[in-house]
Amino acid sequence: MSTITAPRAVGASLDRRDGPEKVTGTARYAYEYRFENPLYLFPVPSEVARGRVASVDASRAEALRGVVAVLTHENAPRLADTSDRELAVLQDGDIAFRGQYVAAVIAETLETARHAASLVRVSYEPAPHDVDLRADRDDLYAPERVNPVYPTDTEAGDFESEFSSAAVQLDQTYVTPMEHNNPMEPHTTVALCDGSDLTLYESAQGVTSVRQTLARVFGLDRDRVRVVAPYVGGGFGSKTTHANTVLAALAAQVVPGRPVKFALTRQQMFCGVGYRTPTIQRVRLGAGQDGRLTAVSHDVIEQTAKIKEFAEQTAVATRTMYAAASLRTTHRLAALDVPVASWMRAPGEAPGMYALESAMDEMAAACGLDPIEFRIRNEPETDQETGRPYSSRNLVACLREGARRFGWAGRGARPRARLDGRWLVGTGVASSTFPALRLPGSVARISYAGEGRYIVETAAADIGTGTWTTLAQIAADALGTSVEDIDLRIGDTTLPEASIAGGSSGMASWGSAIFEAARVFRGRHGHDPSAGDRAEAAAPDNPDAGKFAMHAFGACFAEARVDVDTGEVRIPRMTGVFAAGRIINPKTARSQFMGGMTWGLSMALHEESLVDARFGHVVNHDFAGYHIPTHADAGQFDIAWVDEDDPYVNPMGSKGIGEIGIVGTAAAIANAVYHATGIRVRDLPITPAKLLR
Amino acid sequence: MRSFRYYRAGDVPGAVATLARERAGAFLAGGTNLVDLMKVGVTEPEVLVDVRRLTSAEIEDLPDGGLRIGAAVTNSDLAADRRVRHRYPALSQALLSGASGQLRNLATTGGNLLQRTRCVYFYDTTTPCNKREPGTGCSALDGRNKDHAILGASPHCVATHPSDMAVAMTALGAVARIQGPGGERQIPVAELHRLPGQEPQRDTTLEHAELITAVDLPPLPFSPNSRYRKVRERASYAFALVSVAAALQVRDGVVRDVRIALGGVAHRPWRAWKAEDALRGGPAAEDSFRAAADAELAEAEPLRENGYKVPLARNLITRMLLELSEER
Amino acid sequence: MPEPADRETPEPDIEVTLRADGTDYRIAVDPRTTLLDALRERLGIYGPKKGCDHGQCGACTILLDGKRANSCLALAVAHDGAEIVTADGLAADGKLNRMQRSFIEHDAFQCGYCTPGQIVSAVAMLEEAEAGWPSHVTTDVSAEEIPFTDEEIRERMSGNLCRCGAYANILPAIREAAGVGRQG
Repeated sequence: MSTITAPRAVGASLDRRDGPEKVTGTARYAYEYRFENPLYLFPVPSEVARGRVASVDASRAEALRGVVAVLTHENAPRLADTSDRELAVLQDGDIAFRGQYVAAVIAETLETARHAASLVRVSYEPAPHDVDLRADRDDLYAPERVNPVYPTDTEAGDFESEFSSAAVQLDQTYVTPMEHNNPMEPHTTVALCDGSDLTLYESAQGVTSVRQTLARVFGLDRDRVRVVAPYVGGGFGSKTTHANTVLAALAAQVVPGRPVKFALTRQQMFCGVGYRTPTIQRVRLGAGQDGRLTAVSHDVIEQTAKIKEFAEQTAVATRTMYAAASLRTTHRLAALDVPVASWMRAPGEAPGMYALESAMDEMAAACGLDPIEFRIRNEPETDQETGRPYSSRNLVACLREGARRFGWAGRGARPRARLDGRWLVGTGVASSTFPALRLPGSVARISYAGEGRYIVETAAADIGTGTWTTLAQIAADALGTSVEDIDLRIGDTTLPEASIAGGSSGMASWGSAIFEAARVFRGRHGHDPSAGDRAEAAAPDNPDAGKFAMHAFGACFAEARVDVDTGEVRIPRMTGVFAAGRIINPKTARSQFMGGMTWGLSMALHEESLVDARFGHVVNHDFAGYHIPTHADAGQFDIAWVDEDDPYVNPMGSKGIGEIGIVGTAAAIANAVYHATGIRVRDLPITPAKLLR
Repeated sequence: MRSFRYYRAGDVPGAVATLARERAGAFLAGGTNLVDLMKVGVTEPEVLVDVRRLTSAEIEDLPDGGLRIGAAVTNSDLAADRRVRHRYPALSQALLSGASGQLRNLATTGGNLLQRTRCVYFYDTTTPCNKREPGTGCSALDGRNKDHAILGASPHCVATHPSDMAVAMTALGAVARIQGPGGERQIPVAELHRLPGQEPQRDTTLEHAELITAVDLPPLPFSPNSRYRKVRERASYAFALVSVAAALQVRDGVVRDVRIALGGVAHRPWRAWKAEDALRGGPAAEDSFRAAADAELAEAEPLRENGYKVPLARNLITRMLLELSEER
Repeated sequence: MPEPADRETPEPDIEVTLRADGTDYRIAVDPRTTLLDALRERLGIYGPKKGCDHGQCGACTILLDGKRANSCLALAVAHDGAEIVTADGLAADGKLNRMQRSFIEHDAFQCGYCTPGQIVSAVAMLEEAEAGWPSHVTTDVSAEEIPFTDEEIRERMSGNLCRCGAYANILPAIREAAGVGRQG
């Protein structure tokens, strides 16, 4: 395919174009437009995990001045399509999980709406609930596929026979907890129904997707639905369409002409807007005395809601990481009375590589090999999963460069060997990977505005990823002009449709569409266009897609310090080296890698949604109980990338980098903690309680 | 949050009289705990009496060498006061380990003492809680209780007190000065908070409409050799798993005097009387420190998820005393 | 629905004056209204953000009578006459201040939602450090001179959560704006 051969804007470390708005607080997020005469929505969550709503007594709520309506399943407008049970909000009295919306108040002020919601009395016909994920359940089942389109189980070679005859064997189980995405901006919708038009100011990872879903669910013509999301306060996978958006739109239908403002409280963010399933992962590795893997098995158990299946692709990365004579992966689900799980930064790869890379560390020790050497010894020539060559793979370069930068040489293998004051010190390493995805469905439009300026339009999203800047850089090079001449417009369904910001696919998907639109524009209008000249195009299919396995790789290194008296863990420094093709903007790329690695730190040491099985909900449902790192937890980040020229992935030669930073990082930290303490923690998070002696 | 009437009283007696009349009222100072609880519906006062500007915001020197801390002194100001930093460093450290800079700028001395537990079940009006609604049960007893009490609990409540400042004040023998409908009185901070017993709904021994007006720190010759240490699950901005405040006086290798209080282990800051008794007159050595810690923790009753607090408390006490004995 | 005349009325609104980013406003507020919601919903000042509404994230940080504070826990009625500064107010005459420029240069934000609170907090934090306030990581809390190290900056900024994980860029941004070189 044709590519950007002479990058000028691409590769430049430009400041974010939306910087001035963000640092002054004038960037408008969904809740923050000046709406005329708004109303406020506050939901009533179910207090049982399973059963039915028997009745709703809204009389005390309705008695408050300023309450406009109390919606229940009996009076809410009917949806056209209720086949998606997650989105069938207030359509019947069935309760599928604790916290499901069973009523909602619409009121003149936020304070009134919140108070009125607390006065709504719901009575239930409860049924016994089951929220207990365990490996010994007898009802675990194999889904038809795991997300997004991967086979549930794979088997190459004869694992059992290879494993049982392996000179060195490892059989360990690793557990990761439930986690919640918790973007800093809560899920937010401001919905306005005007005649047959529905407008949503939404905190969304993809306005096109939200429009399509709402149009389908409400039975509306897509042209009558507009979604606006130029600024989004983080998503991390959770800001696709959930019940909250549908609820806001239902409310808007009840009060036509008045905008209904609905932002979830932080407490409400722990139910109904997606989360990462807990996992129980059994990893078995077998190798010869020479440290070459002969047997790899990765068996995953995780949960899904009964009303809508979500099968996290936890073992999928294992299918491509290392060469082995036999390789087996399985996924089994427990269908529980829990909210619907959904994507959370690096779904599949994040929990799966924690397990695999911890197991690899244990195996390296068992083989008497340095953990980096062990990985290099098992580097595959081709992708075992597909049999195809890699479009580019530079894991070994990342491991070696990372080792050099981090100062790995001379590291003694013996754990619990170094005490600095009261701190046990150790180091760890792990590989990372993420597929180089491109999603279909993006169209870009380019118009010449005169005086050298080009308007580039596509309904792409900037959720903190830097799209406002990086997509303009791609457009500039695609058109052969400078980035100052590009007027980029994103985040609105009045613009040509675009795929979601997910799967680290944004630049590849939208960039490819822009590249094609630029090619068509130049072909049609040449290099001396007239004002008003335009072209619109979707990215053509990638002719190389079926020929190569396309993945980004990386290596993460961590130093861990563990207080010998208290078990407190500090990670003063981390190094991440990545091979992700061409880097579009080094400044924003460093932030993406750094953000991902900070998520990995959070995963390793802090995050856990605590479920009380008696009630069925997450009990630590706020930022005081659910910990993410503070500034004091974030040490030094040394981030680098290796040159990688990949002409096959897309015209930019780039691979997605939004998620790879989290992959493997938790294992690097767990491995470092083991090296520091001699204690191998196989269930996250690694808290002081697990390290106290 | 239910609506409420807001009063700004003119002086302390006026504020006390107003609240005495309003059975369903509460004093408002910095608001960092009260407004938090009101938003989740845990507390629903019909009346708020604003006392933020009524009590003293000054720290006065007392003739006996101690300090009188006005109830309206912010946590930030108290932590930064040079007299506190020099004479009672454990108190400054305790304050600085709590909350965040923003919260410390609003939170007051009086309010910090009276903040309520952060038990997740107390905070959730959809789960049973004897503190919030007596007789409904304690959800934490057999629930998710890694943050809950190992000492002094009852089957009715296993919550812990979240204040760091109160732990240091307990160790240092602080005395709360109170004005109420019945007049003025004083009570050691160590006796201000209750153990849950049969009435977990009562956090403190204060009667309705009693207002803390100041806290006195008595002079303690060895209080400059004091320290606070807090163990958390992240490096900052989190409540204690376990914390310790201690002051130590050692002469010729012998413990002359000692003060120890623990946080994160009980319904109130836990003054470690048994440990202190075991230490006084004994050698200032690691095994005596550890034995004293063991003596204090002998009656610990861990729950399903908080057993780690026992070795953690033991290690913290031992380590703290070692460091203080090296300081002199 | 009951007739309007039969409805239960909340307590009457109370008039307060707030000086926000240099402009005086006089508004009547529901006593339950926080400064955060007064600024956002009543005055259209959206810099301070609602990340948690419970003082657990710092996204709502404002300067309140010169000190950084969580506006989500401050009742407007309890702060009548308050002087408030938000991130927008730090940009005098529309020109970014030094901290804001430094944040952009160091890419000290991603989604931007915590950013106004980070910036206000950082500006105030520097003043607190300048005033000689110690912090949790200050080794000798009684020391007169407190070295302004990276560790100090991190701890003092820990009341502002950043889910995007921009911390490692926020640190050098603050250092540069403070005019200090790297110190440990």
